[in-house]
Amino acid sequence: MAEDRQRSDNERTPDFATRLIHFGSEIDRTTGAASFPIYQTSTFHHFDLEHPPVHDYTRSGNPTRQALEDYIATLEGGARGFAFASGMAAISAACFLLSAGDHLICTEDVYGGTYRLLTTILSRMNIETTFVDMTDLEQVKAALRPNTKAVFLETPSNPTLKITDIRAVAGWAKENGLLTMLDNTFMTPYHQRPIELGIDIVLHSATKFLGGHSDVLAGLAVAATDELGVRLKQIQNGLGNVLGVQDSWLLIRGMKTLQARMEAHERSARTLASWLAAHPEIARVYYPGLSDHPGREIQEAQSRGYGAVVSFDVGSGERARRLLGRVKLPLVAVSLGAVESILSYPAMMSHAAMPPEVRAERGITDGLLRYSVGLEAVDDLIADLEQALR
Amino acid sequence: MRIESRLAQIGSVSEPVTGAVSYPIYNATAFRHPRLGQSTGFDYSRTKNPTRAVLEEAIAELEAGDAGFAFSTGMAALQTIFSLFRSGDHLIVSLDLYGGTYRLLERIMGKFGVTASYVDTNDLEALERCRTESTRAVLIETPTNPLMMVTDLAAVSAWARSRGLLTIVDNTLLTPFFQRPLELGADIVVHSATKYLGGHNDVLAGLVVTKGKELSEEMAFLHNSIGSVLGPNDSWLLMRGMKTLALRMERHQENATRIAQYLEGHPLVAEVFYPGLESHPAYSIQRKQASGNTGIFSFKVTDARLVEPILRHIRLIAFAESLGGVESLMTYPAVQTHADIPEAIRRQVGVDDRLLRFSVGIEHADDLIADLEQALVAAEEETKGAGSRG
Repeated sequence: MAEDRQRSDNERTPDFATRLIHFGSEIDRTTGAASFPIYQTSTFHHFDLEHPPVHDYTRSGNPTRQALEDYIATLEGGARGFAFASGMAAISAACFLLSAGDHLICTEDVYGGTYRLLTTILSRMNIETTFVDMTDLEQVKAALRPNTKAVFLETPSNPTLKITDIRAVAGWAKENGLLTMLDNTFMTPYHQRPIELGIDIVLHSATKFLGGHSDVLAGLAVAATDELGVRLKQIQNGLGNVLGVQDSWLLIRGMKTLQARMEAHERSARTLASWLAAHPEIARVYYPGLSDHPGREIQEAQSRGYGAVVSFDVGSGERARRLLGRVKLPLVAVSLGAVESILSYPAMMSHAAMPPEVRAERGITDGLLRYSVGLEAVDDLIADLEQALR
Repeated sequence: MRIESRLAQIGSVSEPVTGAVSYPIYNATAFRHPRLGQSTGFDYSRTKNPTRAVLEEAIAELEAGDAGFAFSTGMAALQTIFSLFRSGDHLIVSLDLYGGTYRLLERIMGKFGVTASYVDTNDLEALERCRTESTRAVLIETPTNPLMMVTDLAAVSAWARSRGLLTIVDNTLLTPFFQRPLELGADIVVHSATKYLGGHNDVLAGLVVTKGKELSEEMAFLHNSIGSVLGPNDSWLLMRGMKTLALRMERHQENATRIAQYLEGHPLVAEVFYPGLESHPAYSIQRKQASGNTGIFSFKVTDARLVEPILRHIRLIAFAESLGGVESLMTYPAVQTHADIPEAIRRQVGVDDRLLRFSVGIEHADDLIADLEQALVAAEEETKGAGSRG
């Protein structure tokens, strides 16, 4: 018995917090350096024609980028990871698995940049997209066509934080032979691991919580299987939209503190969301951690937490603009997921690429603000919002 | 201002706050908005980053174009250019083409319904023959890689313009220091800046320069939407490399000419492909449209069995992919850079198993010749020793 317990202890998969630190490339094997080196090289010498080196050209593979790619694959529980120049480059690469004549079903309140990619560049390549309310499986099913090849999910959605039942959509997609891709930027693998719920490809704008410091633009993709990994590798190498090596190193550095940051971000986000929900000046608060959020149960069943992005509606564009002019702590900027709080105005920033009528339909009103809660003391953030609202 | 001076001063003293002579690396992903609806000109680094912008302005000016764009790799630059087209469009492309471009066209653009014909772009009749209703552009590499075929850019650009086609020129091998295709009538110039522009085999990058307002705006839209942008660290490193471009190109050219002449007279060498040699068929076109010659050339040995021992015996010259760096590199195109091109096409252009490509670095030419000499002697000994020489 004691021996059995010993063995099972040894075989125990380390906890996520431990995997963030001990991910396989945390130590350089040649020198023992505690931080993986930055291999700032474009090409590699072949010592022998018959035995080519593991990496021959950095676009095809680089040790520093590989360390990052293996790292995200481990964290997401997938077969292979890939690092790209930006989140949009990662999403472009995944969409490039499709061919002319294919049809895609996509979450309707998807990130504005993804919407733009699908409705302009991919539609020119004769790939058509139907946008549906992904939280309603009947709508998803109704969008199925003979040439449907894939489903693109984003949950929680951006910026209205609607929750899609990942297992349900992935299960239905699998029955219909469809590829599933999910943008996991808001949750990160700390909160949510979509591959474990049946998703084929997980995508990240790693510029956000994974990097965490507003200092590196990056995209990541993880393929659930080796077969998909091989296909994605061909696309990545073919398109060449890879992440640079310094940026790869910087991202690894940021990811080591992911859990510590996410825990603190989320704690503050919950406090801020509750405070906003009780505030008389606020018309509506969108946060899956609030008890009246319609997707809360699903969120709890598929994720470890609620994330750190809170959207709220102040009722009108005029009031939104006044608030943006008065806040002192958060950066008024696009982007999210950083150590500093960022307040953004979707109608004019992240979702400006979406036509106004489509935006209105999706709840992205002129009064809607998106708050990415940073690592400042939440009391300071609340005091700042209070004075701005007054 | 002469190009040497412009190169040396890229980004110099253009930072107004501190006067820093070397432009700062802005790692920031997001930029604070002074007020809602106001911007410093920078919102999100994928769209525009100050460090990347200095690089982009410099290349636009050097190539005499209207707008510059920096990408994560040369392939990412080409892929984004190809996104100007739509399903059903057709391109005419240089026959002797970089393997990565061929792969991108065939494996990725092909499945989106964008097709390509490969012809000798110097043959106007052949160009006319493969032009169809749906042809949109001509993509030219000159000189080509690895066979150094030269296309008359003024003639082809004029032909393309008269037929309403865009002319796209890959100027990687000559750089704007020796050749400026936009001045000869082209619409778009593309670079794998990993090569001569960067020049140190340490940074992967692609650059594009466009002419005309409409084309520049469309490229900016695609650059931002697809997101394969160059990071700020790599942008800085590339500018640093470009400051010495003039010195390096002059030395590369001088060394390449001497070594090409040496090999031309060598009994184990059947043929040398270098437009800087008077024996090259396009010597005069090259002199007309470019102010100098690149630092790479190819040569065929008399016997394919010499290749393996030559690559094994070279000491100073590294056996690696890529080109354009301060270090000399030798490549075996048939198995490395051009492995993705079907054998039939490879043979048609002459990329066979006797061809070696030499990217001549800026070491002393005497040392490089001595290294080649000893490797050729050793290789000949070995092939003789094997008793298999015919």
